[in-house]
Amino acid sequence: MPNSTSKLILSIYFLMSSFIVNDALAEVIHSERSLYRNILVEDKGDLRCLKFNVKTNKTRQSCLLKSQPQQLVFNYTKQLLSGLFVNPEPKRILIIGLGGGTMSNTLHQLLPGSYIDNVEIDQSVIKVARQYFGFLENDQIKTYSQDGRVFVKRAILKKQAYDWIILDAFNGDYIPEHLMTKEFLEEVKSLLSENGILTANTFSSSKLYGYESATYKAVFGDFYQVSNQDNNNRIILARNNGLVEKLDEAQTIVKKNGASTTLAIELLAIGVDAKKLYQSMKSTAIHQDWPDNNPVLTDQFAPANLLNIDSD
Amino acid sequence: MQQPNKSINYKNLFIYFLAFTSGFSIMCIELLAGRILAPFFGSSVHIWGSIITVFMLSLSLGYLFGGKLSTHSASLNRYGLIFIIAGITLLPIVTSSTWLMESIFVAVEDSRYGSLLAATTLFFIPTIILGMLSPYSVRLLVKNSNESGQVAGRLYFVSTLGSALGTIVTSFYLVMWFDINTIVVSVSLLLSLLGLMTITLAKAKSSFYKAKAQRDISHA
Repeated sequence: MPNSTSKLILSIYFLMSSFIVNDALAEVIHSERSLYRNILVEDKGDLRCLKFNVKTNKTRQSCLLKSQPQQLVFNYTKQLLSGLFVNPEPKRILIIGLGGGTMSNTLHQLLPGSYIDNVEIDQSVIKVARQYFGFLENDQIKTYSQDGRVFVKRAILKKQAYDWIILDAFNGDYIPEHLMTKEFLEEVKSLLSENGILTANTFSSSKLYGYESATYKAVFGDFYQVSNQDNNNRIILARNNGLVEKLDEAQTIVKKNGASTTLAIELLAIGVDAKKLYQSMKSTAIHQDWPDNNPVLTDQFAPANLLNIDSD
Repeated sequence: MQQPNKSINYKNLFIYFLAFTSGFSIMCIELLAGRILAPFFGSSVHIWGSIITVFMLSLSLGYLFGGKLSTHSASLNRYGLIFIIAGITLLPIVTSSTWLMESIFVAVEDSRYGSLLAATTLFFIPTIILGMLSPYSVRLLVKNSNESGQVAGRLYFVSTLGSALGTIVTSFYLVMWFDINTIVVSVSLLLSLLGLMTITLAKAKSSFYKAKAQRDISHA
């Protein structure tokens, strides 16, 4: 009996000390429960992060360095910029899934003449981005509090077109399943301008990987996958007109100019190594890492969250 | 004429089973409704607001109409017919939902009212019909006023249990195994088949008693 009591006390002690250590590192400066999730803003020294879930580390987050807000902190935000290799001067940009608004801010800085539309379902996230992450809005940068799919469908009706669509609506814990179907991607494709591109932040583990990849391929044909060994994010980079014919051309542009282009210099200024980023792009025309006969996700069949449970 | 005890039990058991199936079907369809509306109206909180409102409203009306209908010559035959009608009214969800939602999407800009209108168009009538089954079941089961509360209680128990099962089975497994349309068609077929079975049973029963009555008369 006394033995088990002391064990209990010991384990409580360890439990509490781990909390204390965490608390010392990170300070929660804002937390709220929105209609869709828990929102946390956390400061760790110079780093400020927007988190959607406390418990897991799997959750995607949006971070910035308070002293250098223009630097991109996370790999996947850097990887999204690979879109600029394929389409260097996008005039109209659509971002689905706002996060802290860091992507919008960065793109405005890189492409001051471009128009950016941000779509975010959660009004609270928009508020937090404005309040804690310096999310910039002006005549060129607009924000819409709306479901991504509804926005895309309305934009098609209004005959709009975007040169670059960034899909970043998946936070790791819950996937909006209607934003991962063949029908949705077809709608996105029809919203792209002739040379428009789509970059999507997606999943690289779990059973979902094959399904998601097959769905993108069914709509766009071959695409680039951008990923590092050290993180489990994967960016899908697809072109409206398909990659195959343009593959060589894009490669030569980057190879020839290497790190000396103005794009590379601009990227370096925000902490992105253009050459490294370019090297992390792999075409599925050369290497496809999912089975050919993998079923695709459709509006009729979209168990994305159930497929994502069996991650390993 | 007193019916034999055993056959009454079987008949009642069958009615409870039918009530269970109607509960199962209602929640199975309600759960799919979220999926069906999402491509046009998204997955904002108000989508579920629209769906639940429409289902609650149509169930309440269904209970009212079903109770009223049961006061005029209630029979197993009519009960079966309601099942068949419920099955048939589910079919437009499969055949016409896309163009219906498309035209609503174009006509109504606000996705709150768009989803409410779409949910009404697709689910209002079948859910009313399914709701009618509960009071009608009570009418068929109750033999005297003394047991009416107990019968109603048992019926709520069974049909709500069906609803619980319909919810979990659909959301955990069916959506992973089948297309939405396949599930809706299956529910529609299941309801129609059970309706046909009920009508056949009612016919067989009445002819059995007719024959028996005739036999009794000739013996006498």
